[in-house]
Formats: sequence, C-alpha cells, structure tokens
Amino acid sequence: MSTAARTSMMQRGTAASLALLVIFLAAWEWGPGLLRIPSFIVPPLSQVWTEFLRMLQVNHLMLHTGITAAEVLAGFVLGSLLGAVVGYLLGMSPTAEVALSPYILALQIAPKVAFAPLFILWMGFTVYPKILVAILIVFFPVMVNVLTAIRTVDPDLVNLARSFNAGRAQIFWKIEFPTSMPPLFAGLRIGSTLAVVGVVVGELVGGNLGLGYLLTFGEGQANTPMVFVSILMLTVIGGIVYLAVILLEQRVLHYLPARARGGL
Amino acid sequence: MPLTRLEYRHVTMRFAQAGASLTAIEDVSFSLQDGEIVSLIGPSGCGKSTLLNIGAGLYAPTEGEAYVDGEQVSGPNAHVAFMLQKDLLLPWRSIAENVMFGLEIKGTERAERRRRAQALLEGFKLAEFSNHYPHQLSGGMRQRVALARTLAVDPSVLLLDEPFSAVDAQTRMVLQRDLGKTLKQAGKTALLITHDLLEAVTLSDRVLVMSRRPGHIVDELQIDIPLREDPVARRQHPRIGEYMARLMDRLDIGEDMLQGAMQGVA
Repeated sequence: MSTAARTSMMQRGTAASLALLVIFLAAWEWGPGLLRIPSFIVPPLSQVWTEFLRMLQVNHLMLHTGITAAEVLAGFVLGSLLGAVVGYLLGMSPTAEVALSPYILALQIAPKVAFAPLFILWMGFTVYPKILVAILIVFFPVMVNVLTAIRTVDPDLVNLARSFNAGRAQIFWKIEFPTSMPPLFAGLRIGSTLAVVGVVVGELVGGNLGLGYLLTFGEGQANTPMVFVSILMLTVIGGIVYLAVILLEQRVLHYLPARARGGL
Repeated sequence: MPLTRLEYRHVTMRFAQAGASLTAIEDVSFSLQDGEIVSLIGPSGCGKSTLLNIGAGLYAPTEGEAYVDGEQVSGPNAHVAFMLQKDLLLPWRSIAENVMFGLEIKGTERAERRRRAQALLEGFKLAEFSNHYPHQLSGGMRQRVALARTLAVDPSVLLLDEPFSAVDAQTRMVLQRDLGKTLKQAGKTALLITHDLLEAVTLSDRVLVMSRRPGHIVDELQIDIPLREDPVARRQHPRIGEYMARLMDRLDIGEDMLQGAMQGVA
C-alpha cells in the first residue's frame, strides 16, 4: 500500500470509527426507552452520567478507582517482570524447562481467578491478594512468549556471535534479549488486559475498597447505573495500561517497519 | 616459502544420528596460502559447510586438526570470520552498528569501531546508509554490509558459505566483483563454498571438488586465468569453458543426468 493510499484508508477508518461511537451513544441514550427496556436493566447514558457525578461526591469514586489502578499497575509490573525473568531462565536452561514444564503447565491450566478466595484467606482484606491474583494471571502470557522467543532464536545468529568469540552473557545481551523484544511486547499487551481481570476478581471476592467492591455494592442495592459506571472506569484503567504498553513498544521496536509492529 | 593461513590435516567428522554414526567428511587435507582464494564445490550434503564450521572453531573434528596461522583451532578465534548465505544482520541495529558488531564483542574502543565501520561502508559505497536499519536495504546491499562486518574484525581468513546464492543473478555479479576487488586490496585469504561453478572458477586461484558423502577431495584445479581481482572480466576468458567442462565432469553433471532429468519431466 502506498503512503497516500494508507493515509486515506486511515482517515476513512477513523471517520467510520467516530460515526460508530456516535451511533452507539445515541442508541444507548434513546434505545432503552424506544424498546421499553426498564432502566434497572439498561439505564440510559444520561442516567449513568448523573450516577457518575453522584458517585464522585458520595462514594469516593476516585479513591476506589485509584486503588484499583494502583493494584492493576503493581500486579502488571511485578507479573511481567517475573514472567520475563522466568522465561529467560527457562529459555537458557533446557534441563530446567523439561524439569519444570509439567508444573508450569498445571498452574497455567488451573483457572487463576479461582485462587482469589485462597489469597484472601491468607492475606486478609488488603490490597495484596488482589495484586497477587493479577501477578499470577499476567505471568503466563509473558513467560510463554519470552520462552518461545529464546527457544526459536536463529542458531546461525548465535554461531555468528560465537565466531566473533562472544561469551554466554554477550550472546544473551546482544542476540537473545533483543530478539525476544517483539514477542515480549505481544505478551505484555495480553498481560495488560488480564491484570484488570485479576484485580477485579480479587476485589469482588472480598474487601471494601476498589471498583470491584463498588460493583458488588451497586449490585446489592440494585443500582444498575453504579454497576455501569464501575465497568466503565475499569475499562478506562485497562485502556491506559494497554496504551502505555503500546507507547513503550513503539519506542523500543522503532527499528521495525510500521506494518510489522501491529498498530493498536 | 609462502605463509600457510588455513590448513586441514586428515580431518574426519562423524555425527551420531538415530543411533548410527554418520560420516560426513573423511580424511580431508588441504591448505590455503596467504592471499589465496580457494573454492570448495561438491554435491549438497557432502560436508562443505561442516568443514567451514570446523575452520571457524564452531565444531571440533572427530579426527584430525585444523590450523589457522599455524595455531591449532580449538574454538572460535580472532583469526577467522565467516559469512553465510543469510546476511544475519541484526534488525535492531543500524547498518553502522551491524558492521561494528564483531569489534564490539572483541572489545575494540568505541571511536576506533566507528572509524573502521565508516571506512568500510565508504569502500562499499554504503556510507549514506550508516544510520538506516537493515529492512530498509535491498538484499544485495545487506549482503555487502555482511561482508563489511566480516572484514571489520580484520581476520586473516574469511570463510564464505554460499554468500551470494540468495540474490538475483545481476546483483550476484556485482557482489562477486566487489568481493574479488576487496579481497585483492586487503590481501585476504578466503575459503569459498559455492554451488555456482562459474563463481568458483572466476573468483578463485584454485577449486577443490568434493565427493558425495562421506565427503573427501576428489579433484583440485588450478585456475590459470589472470585478473583474479576482476571476476566479471574473467568470465570472458576463453579457458573458462575448459575449466567448467572439467568441473561438470567431476561432479557427474553430464549427458546422463540431463537425460534422466528430461525423462523425469516427460
């Protein structure tokens, strides 16, 4: 595709995207009334907005959002670091990989969110069990991507470095680590969305802080707009983390042609 | 007495494969004198690349030894550098940084690395691309960058494994011309593996022919055509046909095979 054709395609796509947003918001505002859907099932947009303003005043919405965001960030950063480090270590030690892979697989198959009640039993109604669920859930996609990347490094590249007399550390830092960057970022993208899932499940299970708590609180009071506001705020948090990953990715992978980076 | 740069002494290589032992190379001995270019041709799988890896110190031979500059090869060393069909440029490094790769591993000082990379890129008319990334260059240019990276570490022997087989015929001739000129100017010794018989004859001082597995040297051909530094001009020489005929004969690329191939088509 030529640059001009690409620009025009982007412009048309963006315009269509904005038009869809307007249609969606309009359908949300007037659709329930037209279809006679009661507002405790689907509250119109304006009612959700009023509830948002009310929650800012009465329910410390920003405090709960901030706590959830901090848990998501902590879980995502720690889970990614742990996943990457374990991925590199296993990638460089085939023996360790063979020895540990059944257990890692078992842990990966186990539904991570099911650990939430257990972690709350262990650590109480604090922020730590929520962060721990997020760490656990972010860990796997990052680790698997890094491990696969290290295992599939072109052996000729390694031989090239060896022929220049590179040591093990040099082969890692100059060949293996940079090679793993694109898959690492693919894993981070997945992890950034999963971190929110982990934190919310933790908050749903126990405690009186965070957007997950507001979700259950709203449900208990049959306050549907409150549930909607909480879901929207969670989406915003996830979106910001995802966007941060993409901005970092564009800086780190600047050497790739634009089409190979995969956009949003 | 000319200086021997690279020498294989009774090299045999066996690989363990599916319980059995597979002999890839059997009792190969030959040597390259200073400044010589020698081509190695032979059927696929005859162990040519294995010989090269032994010379580079990446594999240890089962029997026999390889020597570079009189020292027995016991592992990767600074005397040899190799170049493959794949350019193996690192996509995250700029062209200049790719050329400096070997120097960086050797621990050469930063300013000196830059200076050498710049000089080589200018020699290959690639100076204006020093800050580009590999994906922005054509296949022929990338292969020249790979050659510059190989020369940057100033090895006494270059090991070239089908370096131009992935580029189109015209680009290949340009690259052959560049290689011929560069090796002459730098006075480098090189062992070249190729499937292209004309490339072998036009670029080399000598051509060695290897047999099918287990590979051993079955013929050695001295190329007595002047102007080794200009392989494109050498193509015009009247004796080319004679050398090609002998190599084809040695590799059993004759009438029989041609007929067999035709029957296969029909």
